[in-house]
Amino acid sequence: MELIFEKSRPGRSHAYLPACDVPAYAFAKEYLREEAPALPEVSENDLARHYSALERRAFGVNNGFYPLGSCTMKYNPKVNEVTAALPGFTDVHPLQDADTVEGCLEVLDLTKKYLCEITGMDAMTLQPAAGAHGEFTGMMLIKRYHELRGEGEKRVKVIVPDSSHGTNPATGTMNGLQVVSIPSAADGSVDLDALRAAVGEDTAGLMLTNPNTLGIFDKNITEITKIIHEAGGLCYYDGANLNAVMGVVRPGDMGFDCIHLNLHKTFSTPHGGGGPGAGAVGCKEFLANYLPVDCSSAICEIPAESVGKVRSFQGNFLVVVRALTYLLSLGKEGVPASAKTAVLNANYLKALLADTYEMANPGLCMHEFVMTMEKEHKECGVSALDIAKGLLDEGMHAPTIYFPLIVHEALMAEPTETESPETIEAAAETFKKVYRAAMADPEAAHQWPVKAAISRPDEVTAARKPVLRWVKEEA
Amino acid sequence: MNTPKELKYAKTHEWIREEDGLYVLGITDFAQDALGSLVFVNLPEVDDEFEAGDAFCDVESVKAVSDVMTPITGRVVEINEELLDAPELLNEDPYGAWIAKFEGEIEEELMDADEYEEFCENESEE
Amino acid sequence: MANYLSLSEEDRKRMLEAIGIASERDLYRDVPEDLYLKEDPNLPSGKSEMEVLRQMKALAAKNHVFATCLRGAGAYRHYIPAIVSEVVGKETFLTAYTPYQAEISQGILQSIFEYQTMICELTGMTVANASVYDGATAAAEAAAMCKDRKRSKVLVSAAVHPDILTVMKTYTWAAGSDLVVVPAKDGKTDLAALRELADEKTAGVLIQQPNYYGLLEDAAEAGEIAHAAGAKYIMSVNPIAAAVLKTPADCGADIAVGEGQPLGMPLSWGGPYLGFMAAGKDMMRKLPGRIVGETTDHEGRKAYVLTLQAREQHIKREKASSNICSNEALCAMTAAVYCAAMGPRGIQNAANSSAAKAHYLAEKLEEIGYKRTYAGEFFHEFVTEAPKGAAAALEALKKADILGGLALDENHILWCATEAVTKEELDLAVNVLEEV
Repeated sequence: MELIFEKSRPGRSHAYLPACDVPAYAFAKEYLREEAPALPEVSENDLARHYSALERRAFGVNNGFYPLGSCTMKYNPKVNEVTAALPGFTDVHPLQDADTVEGCLEVLDLTKKYLCEITGMDAMTLQPAAGAHGEFTGMMLIKRYHELRGEGEKRVKVIVPDSSHGTNPATGTMNGLQVVSIPSAADGSVDLDALRAAVGEDTAGLMLTNPNTLGIFDKNITEITKIIHEAGGLCYYDGANLNAVMGVVRPGDMGFDCIHLNLHKTFSTPHGGGGPGAGAVGCKEFLANYLPVDCSSAICEIPAESVGKVRSFQGNFLVVVRALTYLLSLGKEGVPASAKTAVLNANYLKALLADTYEMANPGLCMHEFVMTMEKEHKECGVSALDIAKGLLDEGMHAPTIYFPLIVHEALMAEPTETESPETIEAAAETFKKVYRAAMADPEAAHQWPVKAAISRPDEVTAARKPVLRWVKEEA
Repeated sequence: MNTPKELKYAKTHEWIREEDGLYVLGITDFAQDALGSLVFVNLPEVDDEFEAGDAFCDVESVKAVSDVMTPITGRVVEINEELLDAPELLNEDPYGAWIAKFEGEIEEELMDADEYEEFCENESEE
Repeated sequence: MANYLSLSEEDRKRMLEAIGIASERDLYRDVPEDLYLKEDPNLPSGKSEMEVLRQMKALAAKNHVFATCLRGAGAYRHYIPAIVSEVVGKETFLTAYTPYQAEISQGILQSIFEYQTMICELTGMTVANASVYDGATAAAEAAAMCKDRKRSKVLVSAAVHPDILTVMKTYTWAAGSDLVVVPAKDGKTDLAALRELADEKTAGVLIQQPNYYGLLEDAAEAGEIAHAAGAKYIMSVNPIAAAVLKTPADCGADIAVGEGQPLGMPLSWGGPYLGFMAAGKDMMRKLPGRIVGETTDHEGRKAYVLTLQAREQHIKREKASSNICSNEALCAMTAAVYCAAMGPRGIQNAANSSAAKAHYLAEKLEEIGYKRTYAGEFFHEFVTEAPKGAAAALEALKKADILGGLALDENHILWCATEAVTKEELDLAVNVLEEV
């Protein structure tokens, strides 16, 4: 399909702006660029059709089942979009006086209050713009805590299980901490002996997600957080998997000191093809003064103890509006009901697939589970990638593949609570059909998908000879 | 697997050749095969100093980044800039596509070709 | 209660049976009894859609939307063509995840590739990433790109947006690197001071164009000073202004970043916004975040993929210099639709009209005693004295439903005009101020 630039014709455009009603201002030539930027020149009709065509070559939750593990691809409620488009929210300037944005301030307060209640935290910021950004912020609180106690020089190590999300170790590094990776048990849970051996006077903290990346709730969780606390470290909860437990068990009760939440996973705000999201960060009272300031530095001072700011202004406010809309809709009954249904759906899909796919961890799971194609890959070359691509041809999104790293040929599926039993049953049949077809003809499976807009792309050439922008071909 | 007899080998899958008082380093055929199609080489700079056991370079495939280690304590005197535009040379001709030349001392026990082949066989079985 | 679940009690029973357990509590059997909540969380009861909408509308109504906006300071009310929100509101764009499965995500990948091209065109740079969170984090990420084994200090002009400075301070504090503020003189970066401060430890130098006070910096000279010290040069630019002003590439920048909000995003009390990042080819592999590249599929058809992924956290883990994964993809698409709708002339019109209106306002304000504080050339923002005090002036405007400029202190106001205000509105504002 043509790029918008290839549809461009000189002089074609649409008038969106009136003629300027004040005298033109002429800058001296030294300030001006020589050529106008080569942006597309297209009619509005061509532009509208271009994006309609692009939309047909994309796949969202509205298009079909999207069991992308660890990403919580639940249905994105329509009313959230309506509230986020209210002019009272979209057309207010971030530096307006407080008495003209009381509604915005109340949105922040209510959201913080509800999220604190759900997580067992005492204070919260809604400033981080994504989960990884929240992680970065959360670990800053821990760093600040040690620093202000005069132990910043000493406590330089953060413990991260090898089953963790890649963002965890990268977050440690961004905070100038050394990352200590500890091995996990086969089910992804923390190896208590390895943890005890890793802690010490140099421990700044632990980063953990619970349920873990294999979809297992770590039953030793209170023991784990105790080990860290006794060593003088703090515990950070990666909220990527909160959808399994919201309203059922609280990170604060498990012994965590600070957390981040992905409003775009757990709290139903859309992913937008990779953002914008929002990564709320909550903490216990003793860390509250270190939180970033939810106010622009253009109008507020930064208190001495705060880590400062991680983003301009107040963060991704309209994402917060959507999350609040969702929280109000669900209420106290809906929050635990969603978690329990997410777990029920995952176990149902897992039970339906257990006769065909080898589970990395048989038995019950939380909101997601991991299958492995290790044996099939060794014996006949059918890989997790082949299965994933086969599913695309069946009108379904693929599960997360090759993660967590501790499972070979991993397929990680998370159906979420918003799918009906019929959808899950049909998906299970599709999974099995693809498995059988792949095993019957591995060579054909390596060519999947065959019905998508393109077949498998050449990623090696893309990375060796990067072409990252369009360039006009010389006539 | 191709393992030239005249070279020395490190356990971390680098080959080493002595040349005019310098040590020339690259990655072995076994290493390039395990890494798959390489797409980028992050070279050190001339005059960078390293200790034996340090990673002095990393190589990227589409899905992985791997360190290349040096068994030499010393200084980088020359780098193979050709690899910046043509990382595929490491796959196509691993013993021709040297990465860097060092001056300094070898401070690690190296293997000869036979020992290295045996070492790789054991590693593959694991 | 609207809970978006799609199963009945009957379904639940059937599913539990298939799983082979008796109750939902069994699903959580690994959760210790003392942690398992016995009661629902302390939230209000779930509400119907009608009630929720009523409550959210009531909250929105507690905010005041000003008829006229003369405040900028990092967030700008420009005209947004109707097609922009229509396109980015399309369900599939809204509800897709990061395009990991390239074969069914060509639409999203191509839209990012087009966006990257537009950012390159606006900045004059060679490569751009798929976006980061906002302009301030883009500046902080750019500073991190410049660091190497020998250089870890970053010099930042005092004339950048205060949030850029605070966010950069926060990021550098976390990473344990140094940030030194280059003082401003007459509202602009003091280049003599910059020359003093730039040394062999300096990794990067960052200035903003136009700067926080709206003034045009001597950007090329700042770049020469940075390069003379062996440091990289980062420019944070306003993308609308960039359509007419000398590009970062023209000024010798190694990295161009900025807040993309003016490109079709509403004010939204601060977000979602868009951080754009572009660089020269030599720094391509240091760019953080997603990058889309062109390649071919097995049949030789043109295809787009996420590429250069070895830079990213999911591969590099603790060796990655940034942990970013989710970015602002939908905001990047917003910017792309805006740029394509406006076209090169449309966006230059918006830029020139904004500058013309700001200069008209400055002139009219001067006539009633609001003298400009700094003499330098400005784009669409400027600082004036407030002879009767900033508070009184802004209060009077507020009564006329005008959001006046931002008070920098008791006696100084930072004004902004864009193409979205009319001459009539500007004249009204000046008349109101005359009466104060």
